[in-house]
Amino acid sequence: MMAEKTTYNDVVIDVRDLCKAFGENHVLQDFSMQLHKGENVVVLGRSGSGKSVFIKCIIGLLEADSGSIAVLGKEVMDLDQHLLDQLRVDVGFLFQSNALYDSMTVRENLEFPLRRHMSGISSVDRDERVMRALTDVGLAFTVDMLPEELSGGMKKRVALARALILQPKIILYDEPTTGLDPITAREINELILQVQKLYNTSSIIISHDMNCVRQTANRVVLLIDGKCYAEGSPDILEKSNDPFVHAFFD
Amino acid sequence: MTKSNPLSKLLNETADLFLFFLRFFRELTHGRMEWTEWINQCFYIGNRSLVLVSITGFIIGLVITIQSHPSMAAFGAESWLPSVVSVSLVREIVPVITALICAGKIGSGIGAEIGSMKVTEQIDAMEVSGTNPYKYLVVTRVLAAMFMVPLLVVISDTIGLYGAYLGVNMKQAVSFSLYTHQIFMKLTYSDVVPSIVKSFFFGFAIGLIGCFKGFNTRNGTQGVGAAANSAVVMATFVVFIIDLVAAQIADIFSIT
Repeated sequence: MMAEKTTYNDVVIDVRDLCKAFGENHVLQDFSMQLHKGENVVVLGRSGSGKSVFIKCIIGLLEADSGSIAVLGKEVMDLDQHLLDQLRVDVGFLFQSNALYDSMTVRENLEFPLRRHMSGISSVDRDERVMRALTDVGLAFTVDMLPEELSGGMKKRVALARALILQPKIILYDEPTTGLDPITAREINELILQVQKLYNTSSIIISHDMNCVRQTANRVVLLIDGKCYAEGSPDILEKSNDPFVHAFFD
Repeated sequence: MTKSNPLSKLLNETADLFLFFLRFFRELTHGRMEWTEWINQCFYIGNRSLVLVSITGFIIGLVITIQSHPSMAAFGAESWLPSVVSVSLVREIVPVITALICAGKIGSGIGAEIGSMKVTEQIDAMEVSGTNPYKYLVVTRVLAAMFMVPLLVVISDTIGLYGAYLGVNMKQAVSFSLYTHQIFMKLTYSDVVPSIVKSFFFGFAIGLIGCFKGFNTRNGTQGVGAAANSAVVMATFVVFIIDLVAAQIADIFSIT
């Protein structure tokens, strides 16, 4: 299964002139990009190039130094904590390390965001949502297991189920295939596409795995030295003669 | 790269701890309290330390009595042994020893748990899930430590006094009713209340420092060990500082 070529209209994430520095280390410098509804954009770059910093700025986990980030029409940097929490219902985040709460079962991990954002729903509805999210990632049988009992690929799927539990409009994937064997990585890539169709999501995928790019990307943004160096479909970038772009696709 | 000066490092850390302390109060007074997590933490903290604190209290009571006996006997004041031992146990020895045990057990546990959550991005995940991690992790743990350490001190006091009773009976036959009568003739509220009050501060310091060190964990799993270790060292030091301040305050207000 490969990403389909589609045309997009509505902008769901609009990032303009984003700057972020840690001391003297200027990680992002006037970085701009847009994500359209229904689109999968892979942000490609070397390790330490600021890819994870970028998506953490989008979700408000890190505060950008300057620039603007509009998510679903709301300016993230202007939101107070309450409004930011409300916006986060519409944005799922898959962490690189999965970030499953290791003292909780899979069920409790998935229930955690539900209890926070949808405290009014009945326990039957909550259970139904948990089982549906787990079924969608093919792991319904793990519901009462602890994260330590799961393999790396299973943890990634459960973490994806947790990101999906609130049925977000956007999903941010932080290196979804890092540390996985090629077969599991391929399964996760297929799952990303499956989720896109099933939940009608738009996604930003941070990666330096070219198989992930080829399998999931509708569009690729190449992040070099904190700036958008190149942008386009995987097919177009793959044919590029630029040495930096070529180095990634070679 | 410039090598950081130890004094400026210490001052920076103290300032960071103070800001963390202020944030604790801000989070405590704003928004909904996580009662379920607080009850869980009370259970973990109490359950984790109860056996150790009880055994230690018993041994201390017994040992202090055995070691005090020869000196008291030399002055012909053997009959004062229960009163003297009980006052020293309740006022000073048991609260401090219990706090030191809790600094080791609870402080390191909280530091390692939160540190590990920090390096595995679980705290970020919590924030993305709409949960304030300070409120959920810090406020609950600090309040639980603040509530449970005095309770552990009271339990340890009681068991320590039983240990002392055994110590007294190893040298002379004293009935339990006479022993308790002698203790309560000498022990007053001005012995018990300051001891309980300073235990609240011990618990607060242990919980806050554990959370502070955990929240500021750096350098992956290696940093988790360092956070747990420095939480114990700092909490132990602060326990002694609080004890010193408490003794001075008691002296100023003539609660001696």
